[in-house]
Amino acid sequence: MSDKTFQMLRTLLAVLIALALALIITFIVSDKPLESFSLFLFGPFRNLRYMGNVIEAAIPLAFAGLATSILFSANLFNLGSEGIYYVSGLVAAAIVINVNITGVGLPILAIIIAGIVGMILSLLPGFLKAKWDVNVLVTSLMFNTIYFGFGLYFLNYYLRDPNISQIASFSFPDNARLKRIIEGTRVHSGLIILLVVAFVVYIFLYKTKWGYSIRMYGINKNFSEYVGASSFGIIMLTHISAGLVAGIGGSVEVLGMYTRFRWASLPGLGFDGALVAMLAKNRPLASLGAALFLAYIRTGADLMSRLSDVPAEIVAFIQAAIILLISAERFLFYWRHKMLLKEADK
Amino acid sequence: MENLISLIFSTHFLFSTIRVTTPILLAAMGALISDRAGIANIALEGMMLMAALSGVIFSAMFESALIGFFFALATSLIMALVLAYFTLELKTHVILGGIALNLFASGGSIFILYLVAGDKGTSSSLASKVLPNIHIPLVKDIPVLGEIVSGHNIITYATILLIIGLYLMLNKTRLGRKIRAVGENKDAAESVGINVKKIQYLALSLSGIFAGMGGAFLSMGYVSWFSRNMSAGRGWIALAAEAMGRGTVIGTTLTSVLFGITSALANAFQVMNFPNEIINTIPYIAVVLGLTIYSIQKQKKKKSEK
Repeated sequence: MSDKTFQMLRTLLAVLIALALALIITFIVSDKPLESFSLFLFGPFRNLRYMGNVIEAAIPLAFAGLATSILFSANLFNLGSEGIYYVSGLVAAAIVINVNITGVGLPILAIIIAGIVGMILSLLPGFLKAKWDVNVLVTSLMFNTIYFGFGLYFLNYYLRDPNISQIASFSFPDNARLKRIIEGTRVHSGLIILLVVAFVVYIFLYKTKWGYSIRMYGINKNFSEYVGASSFGIIMLTHISAGLVAGIGGSVEVLGMYTRFRWASLPGLGFDGALVAMLAKNRPLASLGAALFLAYIRTGADLMSRLSDVPAEIVAFIQAAIILLISAERFLFYWRHKMLLKEADK
Repeated sequence: MENLISLIFSTHFLFSTIRVTTPILLAAMGALISDRAGIANIALEGMMLMAALSGVIFSAMFESALIGFFFALATSLIMALVLAYFTLELKTHVILGGIALNLFASGGSIFILYLVAGDKGTSSSLASKVLPNIHIPLVKDIPVLGEIVSGHNIITYATILLIIGLYLMLNKTRLGRKIRAVGENKDAAESVGINVKKIQYLALSLSGIFAGMGGAFLSMGYVSWFSRNMSAGRGWIALAAEAMGRGTVIGTTLTSVLFGITSALANAFQVMNFPNEIINTIPYIAVVLGLTIYSIQKQKKKKSEK
C-alpha cells in the first residue's frame, strides 16, 4: 500500500470515527435518533435547493481554507482569515454602495479592492512575525477582534441604513450582486472565481519558485535559511498571498449571498479555514473537496436542527474529533507498521 | 477628560482592575505551568469556556455553588487530559490539538447550552449559583484600601494564594525542579530518570485546573450566568501575558495585571462618550503592542549574545 492510499484511508477512518461519535451523541440527545441522524447524513440530497445550500456554504469555507493552506504550508499558524473576511466584505459593500459604475465592472472593482485590503490587513501580523518573530497565532486572533471592532464602527457610523431595525448597510445596487449560475439555487458566480483562485494558488504553491520556497520554509526553516532564502521575504510573501485570497473570499461572500452587509459578528472562519486546510493537508485543490465535505455536514446538521430536536452545533464534536485524529501521528501508526513488515516478509 | 482622570484614580477603578485581572491571571498561570513543562497549551480559551458552562449547569442542578465549582474544574481537567492523551500518546501536534479543543468548545458549549437551557445565547433560564464575595474583617474598614482589596470574589483571593503556591512549587520543590528540567531539556531530564510523560501529564492537568477556575470565575463570580463565547479571548490574552512575563510567575503576574488594567480602562471609557466598537478593541491592541515590544527585546538580547 502506498503512502498516499494509507493517508487517504487514515483521513477516511478519522471522518468515520467522528461521524460515529455524532451518531452516539444523537442517540443520547434525540427522541428519534435514527430519523434525526439520517436527516443529518442524507438530508442535503433531498432536493436541489439543499444541494445548492451545500455549494453556497462551501464557497467561503474554501476561500478561508485556501488562505490558511498557504500559511500552514509555511508552518505559520495564523488564524486571521475571519478578521480579513469581515473588513474586506465591508469594503466591498462600501464600494458598491458609493461608487457609480454600471455593469459587471462594479463587483469586479469591489472584489479587486477588497483583495488589496485583505493583503494590507494580513501584512500587519505578517510584518510583526517576519521582523521580530512576534507569535502570529496570538496576534492574528487579536487582530481579528481589532479589525472587527473597527469594521463594526465603520458599519454603524457610515454605512448603516437608519430605516432598518437590524444592523445592516444600505442595500447594494442590482448590478453589484454576483449572478446566480444554477437555476433553482442561490449558487452564484463566486464559484467560478473560487475555482480560478484555487487553480492559481495551486500553480503558485506547487509550480513556482516562490511557492517552492514557501513550502521549503515550512518543512525546514533552518535549512531554508541555510541555503540563503530570506525568511523575512517568505513570511511577508505568505501573508500577502493569504491576505489576498481571504480578501477576495470575504467580498465574494458578501456580494454573492447578501443584498446588504449584515454581519454583526465575526463569521467564525478563522478556525474553519484551519480545519479545511488540515483536512486537505494544505493542498489547494483538495481544499475544494474538504470545504465541500464540511459544508455538507453543516448543511445536514442545519437541516437536522430545523426538522428534529438536535441542535446544529453537533458539528463541533465532529470537527474536533477529525482534527485530533488526522493530526495524530500515531493514529493507525502500529497498524501501518505491521502492514509494512508483512510486505517486507513477502 | 477630567472626568476620566478622576475615574481612573477612583477606588472603584482599582477594585474593578482586580476583578477583571482575575480570570486573565488564572489562565496565564495555566499557560505558565504547561509551558514550563515544555507544552504550549493553547486550548485555555476553550477550557475556560466549557468550565464556565459546566459551573452554571451543575450549580443549578445540585443547587450548590461549590458542586458547580468542582464540576467546572473537572470539565476543564478532562479537556486537559484529552489534549495530553492526544499530544503525548498519539503525537498530535500540540497547536493543532489546541485548535481542535477550542473549535469544539465554541460550538459544543452552544450545543450543550441549548439542550440544557433551551437557549443558544445565555443560561438565564437556569437558576445557577454564584460563589460568595468575601468581606475581609478589619481590612474592609480601612479607608480607601479596604474599598479596593475587600469584597472580592472568593476565587480572586484563592488566585493570590495559588500564585504564591505555584511560585514556591516551581522554585522550591523537587517537583518544580523536575517540571523545569523537562521544559528546558526533555532528553536530559529523561536521562537522569525523570518520567517526562508523567510530568507533562501533571503539568497539563494543573494547567486545566487553573483554566477551569478562570472559567468558573467568569460565570459564577464575574457575572451570574453563562453566555456564548463569554471567555472573549481571555485565554489568548493569557498566552500573551505568559510569553511577555518570560514564563516566570512574578513576570506573568505583572503582565496579567497590565492587561487587566487595559481591560478595566476599556470598561471605564465606555461610560464616556466614545464609540464602544473602538473602545472594545483596546485590550487586544494592548496585547499586540505588548507582545511586539517583548519580541523586539528578546531579539535584541539574542543578537547581543551572539
